[in-house]
Amino acid sequence: MAKAKKPPKPEELAKIDYSPPETGWMDTPAVFKPGTFCYGARPKYLEEVGFPNPREWSSADEDWKLPENWKEIVLEGLGDRLKKYRSFHLFMDICVRCGACADKCHFFIGSGDPKNMPVLRAELMRSVYRKYFTTGGKLLGRHAGARDLTYDVFKEWWYYFYQCTECRRCSVFCPYGIDTAEITMMARELVNLLGCNTDWIAGPVANCYRKGNHLGLEPHTIQSNIEFMVDDIEEITGIRVEPTFNRKGAEILFVTPSGDLFGDPGTYTCMGYLMLFHELGLDYTWSTYASEGGNFGFFTSMEMAKRLNYKIYAEAKRLGVKWILGGECGHMWRIVHQYMDTWNGPADFLEVPVSPITGTRFDNARATKMVHVVEFLADLIRHGKVNLDPSRNDHLKVTFHDSCNTSRGMGIFEEPRYVIRHVCNHFYEMPENTIREKTFCCGSGSGLNAGENMELRMRGGLPRANAVKYVNDRYGVNMLANICAIDRAALTTLMQYWVPDVDVCGVHELVGNALVMKGEKKRTMDLRLEPLPGMEEEEEEEE
Amino acid sequence: MGALLSLSVVIVLVLIALAGVGGADLTLLFGVVIPYLAVATFLAGVVYRVVKWARSPVPFHIPTTCGQQKSLPWIKHSRLENPSSTIGVIGRMALEVLLFRSLFRNLKTELREGPRLVYGSDKWLWLAGLVFHWSFLIVLIRHLRFFTHPVPSLVFLIDSVDGFLQIGSPHLLMTGLLLLLAVTYLFLRRVFIPQVRYISLPADYFPLFLIMAIAASGILMRYFYKVDIVKVKELTMGLASLNPTVPEGIGTIFYVHLFLICTLFAYFPFSKLMHMGGVFLSPTRNLTNNSRMERHVNPWNYPVKVHTYEEYEEEFREKMKQAGIPVEKE
Amino acid sequence: MELKDLLSQKKTSVMKRWYDLIMQTYPAETAMFLQAEKDPFANPVGSTIYRGMEGIYEGLLRETDPEGVSGFLDSIIRVRAVQDFTPSEAVSFVFLLKDVLREELKDDVDPEGLLVLGSRIDALALSAFDIYVRCREKLYELKANELRNWTSKLIERAAKAGGRGQ
Repeated sequence: MAKAKKPPKPEELAKIDYSPPETGWMDTPAVFKPGTFCYGARPKYLEEVGFPNPREWSSADEDWKLPENWKEIVLEGLGDRLKKYRSFHLFMDICVRCGACADKCHFFIGSGDPKNMPVLRAELMRSVYRKYFTTGGKLLGRHAGARDLTYDVFKEWWYYFYQCTECRRCSVFCPYGIDTAEITMMARELVNLLGCNTDWIAGPVANCYRKGNHLGLEPHTIQSNIEFMVDDIEEITGIRVEPTFNRKGAEILFVTPSGDLFGDPGTYTCMGYLMLFHELGLDYTWSTYASEGGNFGFFTSMEMAKRLNYKIYAEAKRLGVKWILGGECGHMWRIVHQYMDTWNGPADFLEVPVSPITGTRFDNARATKMVHVVEFLADLIRHGKVNLDPSRNDHLKVTFHDSCNTSRGMGIFEEPRYVIRHVCNHFYEMPENTIREKTFCCGSGSGLNAGENMELRMRGGLPRANAVKYVNDRYGVNMLANICAIDRAALTTLMQYWVPDVDVCGVHELVGNALVMKGEKKRTMDLRLEPLPGMEEEEEEEE
Repeated sequence: MGALLSLSVVIVLVLIALAGVGGADLTLLFGVVIPYLAVATFLAGVVYRVVKWARSPVPFHIPTTCGQQKSLPWIKHSRLENPSSTIGVIGRMALEVLLFRSLFRNLKTELREGPRLVYGSDKWLWLAGLVFHWSFLIVLIRHLRFFTHPVPSLVFLIDSVDGFLQIGSPHLLMTGLLLLLAVTYLFLRRVFIPQVRYISLPADYFPLFLIMAIAASGILMRYFYKVDIVKVKELTMGLASLNPTVPEGIGTIFYVHLFLICTLFAYFPFSKLMHMGGVFLSPTRNLTNNSRMERHVNPWNYPVKVHTYEEYEEEFREKMKQAGIPVEKE
Repeated sequence: MELKDLLSQKKTSVMKRWYDLIMQTYPAETAMFLQAEKDPFANPVGSTIYRGMEGIYEGLLRETDPEGVSGFLDSIIRVRAVQDFTPSEAVSFVFLLKDVLREELKDDVDPEGLLVLGSRIDALALSAFDIYVRCREKLYELKANELRNWTSKLIERAAKAGGRGQ
């Protein structure tokens, strides 16, 4: 069949335009694509916490204004950390590149960028490690998988280690437990030695250091924010709860991520806490100084994380409380559970937590003296100490997102499910390989929840959203519950893009709705001040 | 490219042994000197590497938890996936080391036609890995009969179980064949799965080719180019008893086999093969998840600059007082 | 044979070629993963694209108007709108179908038939472009929303506080 001369076929264009260069990964420098990376940290934030190399710079620029001897600083820092962290040293050496982790990363699944495979992300650093710290790498170079640390390699580190949410999913599947989060943390420490943080992380760090919380809320603002919630609670229940601040002699110090104090839907979760504690008559106090459970320092360096975390024990000591209760948060609990005592303990001025209502002694927190509010509530429900009406959540079909940090760095799986089953009647699990220790990240963890990298977040969150979509299609799920402040903010946006008919809430919002308080008026509104469906009709039927 | 390079190195190694023994008759060098050097390198290297790792402390308590934590007494705690005691950790490590628990996790859900979710799994890597490592271990134990006298009954037992099919003479030992099959599979998946090929280095192909060549030369020697077993044992016993002798007339193929093994031993400590030792040290697997129960101490913990409450109150005192928040200094 | 029957008869081979072509717009390492991994939860990109393609093809077969298949177009474009594609690359997959059909049907359909089919695919492409723009607009809206969520709360509370103060 004779053919007229045709313009290039789309498939030919496709091949020319989209296929990547046929080069190995070592020869493919990172391309900074808009929407996939965060802005560079402003100098004022670095100055406030005394970080090196504060300067005006942009991560999209050619010149990052690094100090002359940047390479020595990085290599010295790398060597130093090899000696300090067995995890890091070991994980540089023992990977066999079996590929079991390759398709376990939500960023790889959503983006398809090979450098988002955990193994390759780690190789970005291993290749440099081999070049400067192993004999084989020094002698054989490329043949031993070693490469020089160049400006491009440094930028590549920055790009890809700020595309890892430290969620640890890869480490679940690795036969040696290699945890990319450990490598990412070290990489971020190294880039921070040269002042290369992101603005979205550096800002909250500086705020938290001086003002006590990421959002930079000053003491009176914290109080008035909570006052507004108190007003709303009164409107909903007719009961005025009376939280106290910085009160000495309280039995319990309550610490929660500051996201709960400000952004929706975190505030509704916070209202849930306020109502529960009031109903229990708990002798507790808020603190404006230790007003942040989260810790963006953790996404910067171990030292910065410790400096921010210091306030929790210091404040508990100053106020003379007996123990600490912690709100719903992901990385806060990774830190409380695995780091806090080591950094800033021993907390020998506190007592082993005992629930004043049930008398249960929380032996699992006997050293750290800090109890998760969901553990605390599960115990109360078990002992029948709270009056709950789950039918108030009947308009909701709920599924539960296990947060990465509390799943793989703690293991709190049953407690939230136990609570959810008691506060609502319609609960559906997402598919088995997307929950519990295999849970998918929201795509915005570890300080990646900025606005300028929205495309990256939407990609990274796709595996999670896809599982939510499945239960939405199948069971009509319309509420995604979780126990993490970053989830509450990030999943809300994620759902609006991928599964718009699903809303997001903290577990304690469901609790607040279901909680029957002594002397409350008939509930006609939920905690969002929206009419509670079905409640009026029910009344009529009864009468 | 990495594969070709590695293959040519292994071929060169074989040629060296062939030329050294078949051509130049350097049996003392290949039969005694190199094996001793290789074993010495292996032992010293492994100790060096493990000590080096062990000298880096474990500053933080960072197990990867894969099951329910131990919290309230009425909540079922996952003792193996999220151990809170040393016994639990031993169990977890045993599952990991003996059965490759984490690789087994490569579980998949398949959505087939119809309303039901079907759970399948992608366990080929797990299976091949398991077959490979266990076969290797059994082959290694079988070889003890060359280095012991009298030969422990365990070795005989393993030998007879291994050859229970009783095919051919000498009896076909399954593990040798399985080892070769598994290592071939591991090689093929490295070549044919693009993601894995993309991440593979020469250092990934080399040990595979080396082990392939070792297994192949062993099989050739046992079933095809038979060598004088009595003389081989004389040599190996001499090595084991530090009283080396080199009997005349052992086939060259034996020296090829031995030289490749020596290469593997000497290469081992400098390579990723050290994962064998490393897995036991991995902090995400070998720690108990009890960090809220017991304090974990960081040996290099150091004081850091903090923002104290006093500094905070100093800055916000007036605002606090106005808001009715208690302050230390009026 | 009617065009409809022909399309339904050729479905398997067309789908396969079309899918392969779409996969070629991803890096080789990725394409293999997207094609090999059948679990929709482990591989949402691959499975979403495939399901979307099926819907679009069925729509073409039944001569549904572009609105009828916009849901399927949307599911594919929504994914590609957040991946590293330019606008033209993101919607190019529609044109790939045109090409596949031309190859597959050239011996069985007269040029006129192909032309009809071609213009229907062009209509799909226009619709795809609308959807792409909507997705991008959504992204900007989400960025703005996150920002506004903070500031509006401040304003709202300031207003409330002012009201209470009086």
